[in-house]
Amino acid sequence: MSKIILTAHNLNKSFGAVTAASEINVDVAEGSCIGLIGTNGAGKTTFVNMITGYLKPDTGVITFNGVDITSLPPRKITQLGICRSFQIPQLYNTMTALENLEVSFGIIALQESKGALTTSSKAIIPSYGKTIRELALESIEKYGLLQYKDQATKILPGGVRKVLDIAMAMSTRPKILFLDEPTSGVSAEEKFDMMDMIMQVIRDAGTTVLFVEHDMEVVMRYSQRVLAFYEGKIIADDHPDIALKDDRVLKYIVGHSQAQHVLAEKSDA
Amino acid sequence: MSNLLIVLIDGINYAAWLFISAVGLTLIYGVMRVLNVAHASFYAFGCYVAVTLAGFWFSHNYPPHLSFFALFGASFVAGFIVGWILERFLLRYQYAKDEVVILLITYAVFLILDDVLKLIWGVDPYYASDPYELLGNFSVGEMIYPNYYLLMVGAALILGLGLTYMLKMTRSGKLLVSVIHDREISSAMGINVGRFFSLTFSFGCALAAIAGGITTPTISVVPGLGVDVIVLSFAVVVTGGLGSLPGTALAAIIMGVVRSFCVHYVPQLELFVIFSVMALVLVFRPRGLFSLAEARKI
Amino acid sequence: MKLDKSLVVMLGLLVAIFAASPWIPQWILFIITLAGANGLVVLGLMLFMRLGLVSFGQALFFCAGAYTTGMLSLLLKVSDIILLMVASGIIAGLLAYLLGFLLAKYRAIFFGLLSLAFSMILYGVLVKSETLGSTDGFTVNGLTILGLVPDPTQMKIVLFGITIIVVMASLLFVNMVLKSPRGLLLTAIRDNEIRAEYMGASAKSTIHLIYVIAGVLSGFGGAIAAMVSGHIDPNMTFWTTSGEFVFIAILGGIGSVSAPFIGALIFGVIQTIAYGYSPNTWQMTIGICLIAVILVLPDGLWSLMAKMRKNSRV
Repeated sequence: MSKIILTAHNLNKSFGAVTAASEINVDVAEGSCIGLIGTNGAGKTTFVNMITGYLKPDTGVITFNGVDITSLPPRKITQLGICRSFQIPQLYNTMTALENLEVSFGIIALQESKGALTTSSKAIIPSYGKTIRELALESIEKYGLLQYKDQATKILPGGVRKVLDIAMAMSTRPKILFLDEPTSGVSAEEKFDMMDMIMQVIRDAGTTVLFVEHDMEVVMRYSQRVLAFYEGKIIADDHPDIALKDDRVLKYIVGHSQAQHVLAEKSDA
Repeated sequence: MSNLLIVLIDGINYAAWLFISAVGLTLIYGVMRVLNVAHASFYAFGCYVAVTLAGFWFSHNYPPHLSFFALFGASFVAGFIVGWILERFLLRYQYAKDEVVILLITYAVFLILDDVLKLIWGVDPYYASDPYELLGNFSVGEMIYPNYYLLMVGAALILGLGLTYMLKMTRSGKLLVSVIHDREISSAMGINVGRFFSLTFSFGCALAAIAGGITTPTISVVPGLGVDVIVLSFAVVVTGGLGSLPGTALAAIIMGVVRSFCVHYVPQLELFVIFSVMALVLVFRPRGLFSLAEARKI
Repeated sequence: MKLDKSLVVMLGLLVAIFAASPWIPQWILFIITLAGANGLVVLGLMLFMRLGLVSFGQALFFCAGAYTTGMLSLLLKVSDIILLMVASGIIAGLLAYLLGFLLAKYRAIFFGLLSLAFSMILYGVLVKSETLGSTDGFTVNGLTILGLVPDPTQMKIVLFGITIIVVMASLLFVNMVLKSPRGLLLTAIRDNEIRAEYMGASAKSTIHLIYVIAGVLSGFGGAIAAMVSGHIDPNMTFWTTSGEFVFIAILGGIGSVSAPFIGALIFGVIQTIAYGYSPNTWQMTIGICLIAVILVLPDGLWSLMAKMRKNSRV
């Protein structure tokens, strides 16, 4: 039985008359891979935003490895080991792909040297054992970005921007990674190649991953557990095979025909 | 408590002046997101036009009581025309640039216009106190005040209420509010954003000029008088919230009254009290008293 | 620490000018010294611009440095240049440290305008201060160095030398900061602050740090300006002075640590020529130059040099 590393206990969040989260209770086991599904406005992104520090829940407690992270700002949560990618890739647009990664590892270098002014870009980052540039190039290769490394991110195609966004999040070697709609905007042919590659890297690193997704095939193929959101509540929390047969999930989120298609695909595969 | 009344009357008068001089700035920013440093030059331009016309008017013995219309009208028209030219031939091509860059461009224009005014009118001071004296005085208790105070307050009220009416009640006003909120969507809806920009900028400059014109009878017109005005206008507009008309009014009143208190009781603090109010407000409300809403980023 | 070619050239140039100083006419020494002083302030502005911020009130720290020098000299009879310089840097830095807690929370145009407000608050305070001569300010004289009392001509050369040393040290220091991971972080914060925060960086702390560095540099600049011109007045913190610094920053561009000083030198030359030719149109000259640079060379004159070098290599 895996260790529980993240617990969200009794989270509630409202924006005026809109309830974005209601009585959310979730335990996340180390090494698991969880899909978060739900219609737009169901509360998936609010959930992610609360855990990663962008929003503060009205009530409730979030604990990570025994530490209460409920009121911490995003950067402290990142430093503790929870990182996220974004639905719309958040990149440093005037810099190249390589530089984007250099900044990411550079931030870690600064943290390890306690922000000393004399920190050198050429020095080895103690806990990573390599220099910033070496780590950045390593990431470029790992994520298949070699041909884009010296191009300004402004001009990169959407799928590449998504991968870079995720690569940057992974640079912090997070214990838990949240992916916000990793395949949205990515073409059908590229979708699975991209997810195969990313999930492999994540698995090799031993990172626990939760991803928000609308594409049920992606959810089916990569998750071992599904959390279904509806009107701020979690209406199903189970293995995808079971969750995607749940009445309410079918009624509010997936739809019979899509579920059948996805389940059939899986049993064929 | 006649002391209090004295302070209040002076305060309201100064507040009226602050409002009149700042309102053009906030209007232009609200609609176009342009912080027009050249506002100072238009104010000065309005002063010079008014003072020149006053000299002409009174030396030709035209009816003195019509001088106000002539002075203010001339300032307004002159400011409108020059503002229109500036927008049409320079500013129009810069809207895609960053807010701060546009600000630097208007700063450059201010530097240029300030010297142009010197070239045209020279460096000697001009006076036009006739309209001021014309109106006589009124008294409150033992204190005598110039009726020009009333004109100033009246002008501020007309300006404030007039603009508010225009924005809320007229069709063009409502279209303008739409442009203020989102120029891209307004454009997609068929609103001629370019024409609104042109008119707003010209109008804003005209307001700066008429503010100058209204102030002229109370001061001596010398080179560089825009320099002090612009920082005060900035302070009022930023404190009130960039682009907010009620904000500018409220900020003007607060600053006018606070400054008046300082002048009467602690004269040493006078000059910096306005900026202290601005700094204080920004500490508690980083975007000013009333601010335009901001969209979610992620 | 590897140095760019342009930085090496710049440092070499400074050493050369220093060596030649006894033979350089006084008025040229004056312009270069003042350019050094202004350049130090603009070096700080350049760091802000990398962060995507423009300080419209940097003259506050320039003036704080100048008045520290003046007041220590006038009231406490401190006359050693080095002591005055160090004290000015420390006081300006301290002021920046305190104000930085507030200013680091603001972005874009509000950062600029709030810093403007504080510089005008100082103006208001100084203008009303009788002991400090209100609008007239006061003069600084009787300067010494390490116990020696040189005559005025020699003193100018000594000041020049000190300025060169401070400029060189600042160039090396800022270069180190920019080449460190922090340098790239500045641009990252400018491009996408939210992302930088999500990667574990603190935009607020970074901005605060830069604010202090810029403050210290500006303090040094103010001290030098006070000592070389001999005169200190509240105008040093007036918004038009901040405007001049911003103009120099735009003129030079942010491409290199040397750019602020090149820009300051060019500004000094333009100012001297234009003011001498026609005192009533030199503002216009600056205005036209500013628009020209923004429209034609948005990355400043430095980008022109970079382009020329690129073309010559083909």
